[in-house]
Amino acid sequence: MAESGVLPTAPTSASPSTPRAAGPLAEPRKRRNWVPYALLLPGMLWLVVFFVLPMITLGSQSLQEGNVDDGYVFTGNVGIYVDAFQQYWPQMVRSLLYAGSATVLALLLGYPLAYFIAQKAGRWKNVVLVLVVAPFFTSFLIRTLAWRTILSDDWFITQWARKLHITDLLQAVGLTSNDSLLFSQFAVIMGLTYNFLPFMILPLYTSLERLDPRLLEAAGDLYASPWQTFRKVTWPLSLPGVVAGTLLTFIPAAGDFINARLLGNTQTTMLGSVIDAQFLRVLDYPLAAALSFIMLLTIVTMVTIYVRKAGTEELL
Amino acid sequence: MAWIKRHLIAFAALAVLVYMLVPNIVVAVFSFNEPKGKFNYSFNEFSTAAWTNPCGTQGICESLGLSLQIGLIASITAAILGSMIAFALGRYRFRGRSATNLLIFMPMATPEVVMGSSLLTLFLALGVPSGEGAILIAHIMFCVSFVVVAVKARVATLDPKLEEAAADLGANPTQTFLRVTLPLAAPGIAAGTLLAFSLSFDDYIITNFNASPSSITFPMFVWGATARGVPVQVYVIGTVMFLLALLFVVTGQVIGKRRNRQVA
Repeated sequence: MAESGVLPTAPTSASPSTPRAAGPLAEPRKRRNWVPYALLLPGMLWLVVFFVLPMITLGSQSLQEGNVDDGYVFTGNVGIYVDAFQQYWPQMVRSLLYAGSATVLALLLGYPLAYFIAQKAGRWKNVVLVLVVAPFFTSFLIRTLAWRTILSDDWFITQWARKLHITDLLQAVGLTSNDSLLFSQFAVIMGLTYNFLPFMILPLYTSLERLDPRLLEAAGDLYASPWQTFRKVTWPLSLPGVVAGTLLTFIPAAGDFINARLLGNTQTTMLGSVIDAQFLRVLDYPLAAALSFIMLLTIVTMVTIYVRKAGTEELL
Repeated sequence: MAWIKRHLIAFAALAVLVYMLVPNIVVAVFSFNEPKGKFNYSFNEFSTAAWTNPCGTQGICESLGLSLQIGLIASITAAILGSMIAFALGRYRFRGRSATNLLIFMPMATPEVVMGSSLLTLFLALGVPSGEGAILIAHIMFCVSFVVVAVKARVATLDPKLEEAAADLGANPTQTFLRVTLPLAAPGIAAGTLLAFSLSFDDYIITNFNASPSSITFPMFVWGATARGVPVQVYVIGTVMFLLALLFVVTGQVIGKRRNRQVA
């Protein structure tokens, strides 16, 4: 954000007839110093106590030994992390792989739609935007269940996919294990893509909307082909949206287990599912906490590297 | 051929839109189904039974009521806490800004499983019982950041000159805030509250970590039903939610347009 470079300017209220564009750069007024802190306090306190503090208890829980009935003692048992990796590395790899594939697919699908809304839709813009956001307000679980119908064997999609030998192709590359589409890796990745697509489209739309169409015309006037215009103008200018969108898609997808459970099979279990089961059914709190902590660290590390590499910190 | 080439992006956009909307259409169609077995996955016979009797399945309307209640309390609380933070960030210069921004961003960049499970370890350590109170705490926590983002975006577009003008005309800070800043920021606050409500209403993963057997929210009811067969009523409620959301968003846009016209 641009707030760090704010210069205090003299009050210009004497000349109200020359309005300046207000933006993040508009000078915040000086008032009593304690006011911002008073405004921040309740919300920040809530986040510190119920978001930061739990991360510490999570880390501490992973290093304790004991059981639910007799209680737990902190023993600093780091070995639990070795166990966690040895037992559940396939689920960890799978989570990252599925989330990564879903993110790439969401980018490929979301970009044309976001571009269309931002630059081409004209008076249909608001209508299309509503249609993109509206499904997001309906229950995630119900919409995911609908895919069980859409991909079921007796519906036309599977029938056509069989006729066109798409099912054979998917089976050959290992995305499905028989000639059905449902309950397979294919269905899980498709479900993840579907569920987090709005998170990709909205940031993309925001940055593509700011794109000045005159720049595209200028590129055309200078004999750039449509592809060159895209590579040299559109894509670089939409990068903040690409970074924000890929993060907002990848992070929830990596932690999700609803798609894997509803659309997958026993071979598509993701790490989130293991954490859920260990915490709530197996009641092995230290192992569950260790797995959860591993997920947190992996994602924080990946996000930090990615944001550094992309060279943009305009996330909010 | 040239025509198709020129409208290639429009076709691609349309196809993606269809992909995004097909599940909603399926849910609407299947709310009129009379399923053959216990699973509502293939269309058998047209029926309005579920629509005329939406509470016909045991526990469904209780869970819906609980979700509405939690969603309302959580979104309003998060709206207040989040708007205060957004005003502080948008209108004041203070030390610790970047730390504040980071803390706001973090919950949005943390997988739900991690937030839910870590909160469970806190509650276990402190002896806080799971149930409605624990769910509320969790929902307010993950909703605050989204409200901050929505309100901050709106506050950033407001001209501080309007507030200065109010002050010049003799309004005290409280009057300026109530008569000028708050009404101007209202669309952002409304959008943030609506978003918070829908996030809370729809949450399964975090809720599941903090719920007790007596606090079954609507998503938990649906999840439980997936194993034994989803009642058609679930599809009815899904359809109603979709239509309500559509209505809300469209009304919001119409009001927004009218307000803009008045200002201009």
